Amino acid sequence: MAIDSKVVAQVAHLARLKVDEADSAALSDRLNDILAMVDQLQQADVTDVAPMAHPLDVTQPLREDEVSEPNVRDKALDIAPAAEDGCFLVPRVIE
Amino acid sequence: MSNAMHNKTLTELKAGLAAGDFSSRELTEHFLARIQQHDSELNSFITVTAEQALSQADAADQAIAAGNTGLLTGLPIAHKDIFCTEGVRTSCGSKMLDSFIAPYTATVVEKMAAEGAVMLGKTNMDEFAMGSSNETSYYGPVKNPWDLERVPGGSSGGAAACLGARLAPGATGTDTGGSIRQPAALNNITGLKPTYGRVSRWGMIAFASSLDQAGPMAQSSEDCALMLQAMAGHDHRDSTSLNEKVDDYLGALNNDIRGLTIGIPEEFFPDTLDGAIADNSRDAIRELEKLGAKVVSVSLPSVKLSVPAYYVIAPAEASSNLSRFDGVRFGHRCDDPKDLEDLYKRSRSEGFGDEVKRRILVGAYALSAGYYDAYYRRAQQVRRLIRDDFARAFEKVDVLMGPTAPETAFKLGAKKDDPVSMYMADVFTIGVNLAGLPALSMPTGFINGLPTGTQIIGNYFREGQILNVAHKYQQATDWHKQAPVFGGEQ
Repeated sequence: MAIDSKVVAQVAHLARLKVDEADSAALSDRLNDILAMVDQLQQADVTDVAPMAHPLDVTQPLREDEVSEPNVRDKALDIAPAAEDGCFLVPRVIE
Repeated sequence: MSNAMHNKTLTELKAGLAAGDFSSRELTEHFLARIQQHDSELNSFITVTAEQALSQADAADQAIAAGNTGLLTGLPIAHKDIFCTEGVRTSCGSKMLDSFIAPYTATVVEKMAAEGAVMLGKTNMDEFAMGSSNETSYYGPVKNPWDLERVPGGSSGGAAACLGARLAPGATGTDTGGSIRQPAALNNITGLKPTYGRVSRWGMIAFASSLDQAGPMAQSSEDCALMLQAMAGHDHRDSTSLNEKVDDYLGALNNDIRGLTIGIPEEFFPDTLDGAIADNSRDAIRELEKLGAKVVSVSLPSVKLSVPAYYVIAPAEASSNLSRFDGVRFGHRCDDPKDLEDLYKRSRSEGFGDEVKRRILVGAYALSAGYYDAYYRRAQQVRRLIRDDFARAFEKVDVLMGPTAPETAFKLGAKKDDPVSMYMADVFTIGVNLAGLPALSMPTGFINGLPTGTQIIGNYFREGQILNVAHKYQQATDWHKQAPVFGGEQ
């Protein structure tokens, strides 16, 4: 299915990106170019082929539920664009 | 003597330091001076850490005097700006992280520092490692030292260009779809992408987590072996890092390659391939035959679907990984957000460049309701077919070989507005990432004065064998020793 400006707007919202209307048509064209290339995947016979997420099919390692990392709250807040009283600052969410 | 220092390999510099021919401070000052003198033309560094480098060099000189040395003591190394370095800006080539001072250090950087490496600075790269020409960097494109009107490749373009121009003797890179090997080929240097999980990804800013892998870039295979020896190993902080014994890469370099079986995948020499590129790699393979290797033809039929599978899987993972850049916790934040959604949308749209946004959108689309099966699931099924093709080939052969890239360095701007044609720069490298295999690119000559590279792909954890084959080739040839006439001196 081809991507048009409406689909671009929907997907941009999902990805929390802002797309200017002036750029939307050109962006749709580029995305359609990419999807046309990707459509070669339809040639493959994938009957009974299990999807592969990890090249070596390893499992997620588990560890004891113990504190292993130091508290780095202040270090993390130091690099935040806005912080106060040990918290990240964002615009008011609840009126 | 000092003029020749920058043409020496890490291995030679290590011997020079041990013999007292020069100090690490002299060596470090020499490379810092070269960067100062030449990098305005190349733009291969985003940040130069001169002060820190000199203090590490002084510490290395003391360690050498005390006889307390590690694998890399006193050797200057440039790190790709994708690796977090505590107290030093880590930009990932993006406006999003232009003001990001990393609060911790990546395992790769830490391990190399523990072996005594001196960090010269952070190299330029495509934004978030998305690109094959280093033109998507917020800090401007890198120029190829062999021809300043051409790209160095990408995404580790700054690393490859600074090595090619001899502004650093060793550099780290990362490779998600060819980002070490393709720029290595375009700048006449050697670069290795290890097995997925061989080198820790902790502190390496994520692009596509099931594909990303860090590796060494240097003048020779021997130098890559030295660097990998320091970089490789299990890291409990990276859950995808594998707990496999690290081989003795340096010890394996001189193994006899008589009887080695090289597979030539016909898919790496398609009819559409530039004849000069094909001949160049065939000549390199012939050289190895002279050294006693056997050559057989193999087929990897699904590998032709590598690029389409990759451009679903990598953007899907990227769209998820890059959701962390939201203007709240670190990185760019827009001015005067009117609400939380405005904060997210404007911070992200201002902070990311066009290619990054395109990939996020492709990924979000492929993962969205109704399209998951047609795109993401199918791409992961094709990924298994590709891996199985390689597995079948490795039942018959020790290594696979073919051209690293389908063309030599192209002109700046040539593919900038045509993403799909840019993506084809990685047509021979991407399959290896999907399969998780190790592969190296080594210099194998020139076409019209521009470097070319040939790729050696090995089975899982056979980095030692790949480095061995490349080392034997480099002992019999001198392509890797050629440096560009750059800045009016050699």
